[in-house]
Amino acid sequence: MEYKDYYQILGVPREATQDQIKQAYRKLARKYHPDVSKEKDAEARFKDAGEAYEVLKDPEKRAAYDRFGANWRDGEPFDPPPDWDAGFEFRGTGHRGGGATGFSDFFESLFGQGFATGGSRQSAFRMKGEDQHAKIIISLADAYLGTKQTITLSRPIVDDHGRVSTTPHTLHIVIPKGIIEGQRIRLEGQGQPGYGGSPPGDLYLEIAFQPDRLFHAEKRDIHLTVPITPWEAALGASLTVPTLGGNVQLKIPPGSQGGKKLRLKGKGLSTKNQQGDQIVTLQIFVPEAKTEEQRQLYATMAAKMPSNPRADLGF
Amino acid sequence: MTEQRTYIQGIVLNEETLCTLADICRLCGVSTETVYNMIDEGIISPQGAEPEQWCFTFVEIKRVQTAVRLQQDLRVNLPGCALALDLLEELEELRRRMQRP
Repeated sequence: MEYKDYYQILGVPREATQDQIKQAYRKLARKYHPDVSKEKDAEARFKDAGEAYEVLKDPEKRAAYDRFGANWRDGEPFDPPPDWDAGFEFRGTGHRGGGATGFSDFFESLFGQGFATGGSRQSAFRMKGEDQHAKIIISLADAYLGTKQTITLSRPIVDDHGRVSTTPHTLHIVIPKGIIEGQRIRLEGQGQPGYGGSPPGDLYLEIAFQPDRLFHAEKRDIHLTVPITPWEAALGASLTVPTLGGNVQLKIPPGSQGGKKLRLKGKGLSTKNQQGDQIVTLQIFVPEAKTEEQRQLYATMAAKMPSNPRADLGF
Repeated sequence: MTEQRTYIQGIVLNEETLCTLADICRLCGVSTETVYNMIDEGIISPQGAEPEQWCFTFVEIKRVQTAVRLQQDLRVNLPGCALALDLLEELEELRRRMQRP
């Protein structure tokens, strides 16, 4: 078991007042709340802060914790001395399904047995299991076609003595065609196990997309930027362009400007009832004049096709 | 020994999937009163005139769940939740736009 420096986690000195502790906790809770923060370790930091506050906000628990002294460092191997909690009232106050808090082993072994009330989501011994939330990252091609995936989540298991360990939980899931970023899949009964014979919670999987070299998705539409030459733009052309469903022929109408968007119907993330399209944005690529002859060609165009593309801008 | 693989199919929570007042209470672990209050605050807006006919989209489930967490974890009150949810949605949209090439 590793020692947790609750003062360091909250960023307060050991002699901080209860008010300072409360303020530090609230600030961190807002900053790292998983619904608000996009930082990678937000959830872990939010939990750590909650655990630290659970101990330090309670003068009795704080006094017991302070007995270990100031010389321990966060993460250092630690075993509580026997009878460390003698004389404190929370000793042995019944068992309430310890481990349900999601707090660390350090917390559970010191305060867990009698005090599994933290995290505010745990109220009674007999209760439905907690809902579990996870993110899965899939490719755009998988979203386009639908796919099957195997995912492994870690799940806390509480043994007969109230000790907590985590065990991997593997699920094979179907991801339907046409799912879009940010959408969630709810898997009933696949969340945390319930307590005292109550049903398990649900599992929510949120979809995120892997970055793609060519495409990006905006809701149901797939966007692709296609470079074309000035003469393809001016004269029109038929190009082979990739879509998530394979190559298709795309007609560029004569006189197309850069930035023009062309729509390939149904080539986006479609479901049975909703259609996504692929939007192709044209980007004009100007070939470099490398030889004298090529320079001459541009010069001829300049002479024979006088044009001021800035006329609309007034200069 | 060959491994038996059972693939489970969940429900995609999108604008097409609808649920009732009872469903949303069960899924989010909230009372009907909480749902009424959230409707009053404009956090969610069901279709249908009477509570018995109310239909909620599954996108609204997420808003209710987030609001519950914000209330519990950060002691945000309901009007604050409504504001936070709107701002979070806006923020998410802006973050998405920033990622684009």
